Amino acid sequence: MKLEIKNVSYRYTSKGRQILKDFSLSMENTERVGLTAPSGYGKTTLCQLLSGYLKPNQGEILLDGRPLDSYQGYCPVQMVWQQPEFAVNPRLPLGEAIKEGDEIEERVIRGLGIEPDWFGRFPTELSGGELQRFSLARALGKRTRFLIADEISTMLDLITQSQIWHFLVEEVEKRQIGLIAVSHNPELIDRVCTRKIDLRLLDEKNR
Amino acid sequence: MRKLNRRQRVLLGLGFSAAFLIVVCIWGSLGTEAARATDFSRKNIPPCLQYPFGTDWLGRDMLVRTVKGLSISILIGITAAAVSAVIALLLGIASATMGKAVDSVISFVIDLIMGVPHILLLILISVAMGKGLKGVIVGVAVTHWPSLARLIRAEVLQLKEMPYIKIAGKLGKSRWYIAVKHMLPHLLPQFIVGLVLLFPHAILHESSITFLGFGLSTEQPAIGIVLSEAMKYLVTGKWWLALFPGLFLVVTVVLFYVMGQSLRKLLDPGSVHQ
Amino acid sequence: MSGKKGNTSDSRKNRSDEQTMRDVQREDAPVLKIEHMSISFTQYDRGMHQTSLPVIRDLDVEVHGGEMVAVVGSSGSGKSLLAHGVMGVLPYNADMGGRITYCGEELAKERIKKLRGREIVLVPQSIAYLNPLMKIGPQIRRGSKATEARKKLRGIFRRYELDAGVEELYPFELSGGMNRRVLISTALMEEPKLVIADEPTPGLDLAVAKRAMAHFRELADMGAGVLVITHDLELALEVADRIAVFYAGTTVEEASVQDFEHEETLRHPYTKALWRAMPRHGFQYIEGTQPYVKNLPTGCSFAPRCPHCGAECAGEIDYRIVRGGKVRCIRAE
Repeated sequence: MKLEIKNVSYRYTSKGRQILKDFSLSMENTERVGLTAPSGYGKTTLCQLLSGYLKPNQGEILLDGRPLDSYQGYCPVQMVWQQPEFAVNPRLPLGEAIKEGDEIEERVIRGLGIEPDWFGRFPTELSGGELQRFSLARALGKRTRFLIADEISTMLDLITQSQIWHFLVEEVEKRQIGLIAVSHNPELIDRVCTRKIDLRLLDEKNR
Repeated sequence: MRKLNRRQRVLLGLGFSAAFLIVVCIWGSLGTEAARATDFSRKNIPPCLQYPFGTDWLGRDMLVRTVKGLSISILIGITAAAVSAVIALLLGIASATMGKAVDSVISFVIDLIMGVPHILLLILISVAMGKGLKGVIVGVAVTHWPSLARLIRAEVLQLKEMPYIKIAGKLGKSRWYIAVKHMLPHLLPQFIVGLVLLFPHAILHESSITFLGFGLSTEQPAIGIVLSEAMKYLVTGKWWLALFPGLFLVVTVVLFYVMGQSLRKLLDPGSVHQ
Repeated sequence: MSGKKGNTSDSRKNRSDEQTMRDVQREDAPVLKIEHMSISFTQYDRGMHQTSLPVIRDLDVEVHGGEMVAVVGSSGSGKSLLAHGVMGVLPYNADMGGRITYCGEELAKERIKKLRGREIVLVPQSIAYLNPLMKIGPQIRRGSKATEARKKLRGIFRRYELDAGVEELYPFELSGGMNRRVLISTALMEEPKLVIADEPTPGLDLAVAKRAMAHFRELADMGAGVLVITHDLELALEVADRIAVFYAGTTVEEASVQDFEHEETLRHPYTKALWRAMPRHGFQYIEGTQPYVKNLPTGCSFAPRCPHCGAECAGEIDYRIVRGGKVRCIRAE
């Protein structure tokens, strides 16, 4: 299965800065692609476009040859956000977050080190690292074909970062889920990804 | 005795306010005839043990009249505020979810109503509806929803941008699911607190227009009527005729306010831990 | 705060010589010394019961003049409270214990009020802490219209390559990169002896984060004591002199940056695990998670995840000096 971006341009408002211009990228579901770039190169925008949170002004995003927005219901491209505190409803116990996902397997929950005791807790009672595990588990549902990870470990301590990435690499390899990892840490990208893309270089080529 | 913690104090305040208001309502609705009963053998008695609030120029017991008046005002206030709050909820949500055109119309109406002084609008509506009970309730209901509607609209708009709401959408959850599961838990406390805080407003406005003669008719011993009648006799030195009903109107309003604030403290996650 | 009596009599003794005394003290005494700091919150469970949540259990750290010390802990571990505790701006349901000394003298509530914003400055996490309705210039000058203050601000802005025009902007008009420099400028208006930076690089990319950290390094090089509170150990290692590692409510180790070059020179098993988890040092991890403050084990908070844990780790564990650094582990040598 292929995820493609074809000649996508994007700006937030009609007079705003052109964040992406004529951008193209294609990846297989067996790949793990690492994206690096300084801030301002539209990494987060790209992630949100790829996972359907934003619609491109021009160009198209195709999953398996079909436009991404033609997929009704569960979106096969799932994104995990940088700040887990905002990704879960503060008024609901965390068990609800897992239930919202697409039949999350016990193996995923255990693999991410989520303890049964956390299910009844509210988000304010858990640390960022623990919340991010829930965020990840929720995104790893049965129908997920691609996973977009936007700086998911930036706010976490090094051990949690290592734990999460080890699990994630193993999981996406086993289930043939394509992974796009965005990080400011080139060493981390080296460890995790099979292909590296520097948005800066792409940008120069386009111009 | 152990010092009460804040949540216990808040709950105590809430319980006391609620109890007072309920007692006034029940007592008031039982004493309809007593409030009208005249007895010239006991007219113009200043406050004493038998008649703690005194009696008026027709020999009516002011305590009974005050309670009856308050209960009428409270019931009108609650009805009007509840109708108003429902309008606010529906329009607030519609404004935030039904697109730009609907939003700008509703926002315009909100600004319009908030731009005109309540009391003026109330008088106009009440007179247009032919005064009386219906006029007052409709008047209060129609004028009080904008501030709450605006609050709900802002809340829904903000919620719509929260990542967890967007994520739920991408996980294939229906609009209905998101509204009930994610938005309602946020809106409900706001709504309930807003509703309770509307009561004192509604009561004050009801008694104001009644006092001014645009509201209920004089047969009904609403607190506004009691007060406006008392004004005529105030210059003759019968201070108790206005003091006690006025004081209790203020107390009622304050207690509703305390109730609203207590609820807010209990329901708002930001302050529960204090 | 406990131990308040300790130094107040000293300070009262010689008001006139206070300045000279302080100058002498600055030579040997650390600018900031925090001993056994604990901060807990009173919270409600469901219902009426109140519980105390010990977010910081036992925190020790020392900052000398001209030195940059980083307190490193994972996000959400409550380390920001350290800054609020020192500045005396904790919320009212918080309860603080321990002892804070500033330039050799106890930092009591009245004293911090006088020093805050002058000798001791806190650089907040984001511009959300600035007054949104006040222009940048007057805000940093604190409304002072004196030409001296204006000149000084001009100088500071030049130093951080900020336009004079920035003074006329409102906080929301600043770009991301300007934010950080404006926030640091606030620290420089007075001559601070102690600068506390709370998570100065949230979500910044590497280059920008390094630049922000470099600004704090400069402050230290100018003679101030700088305390940076951050979750980013790798970044802290690039600019700080010493690192205090914060884990589950306690500082488990205080080590110089050089100690982080090799695993063997580190002291605490948690610090060693952190070291091994760095992508460049093998990217290895250990099982488990940092315990939630409500379910902390007695004794060593790292014990459940520690390979060398024994029965004696459940007891009281001292923060002691080992090889020039400090460690809270009975096995370290």
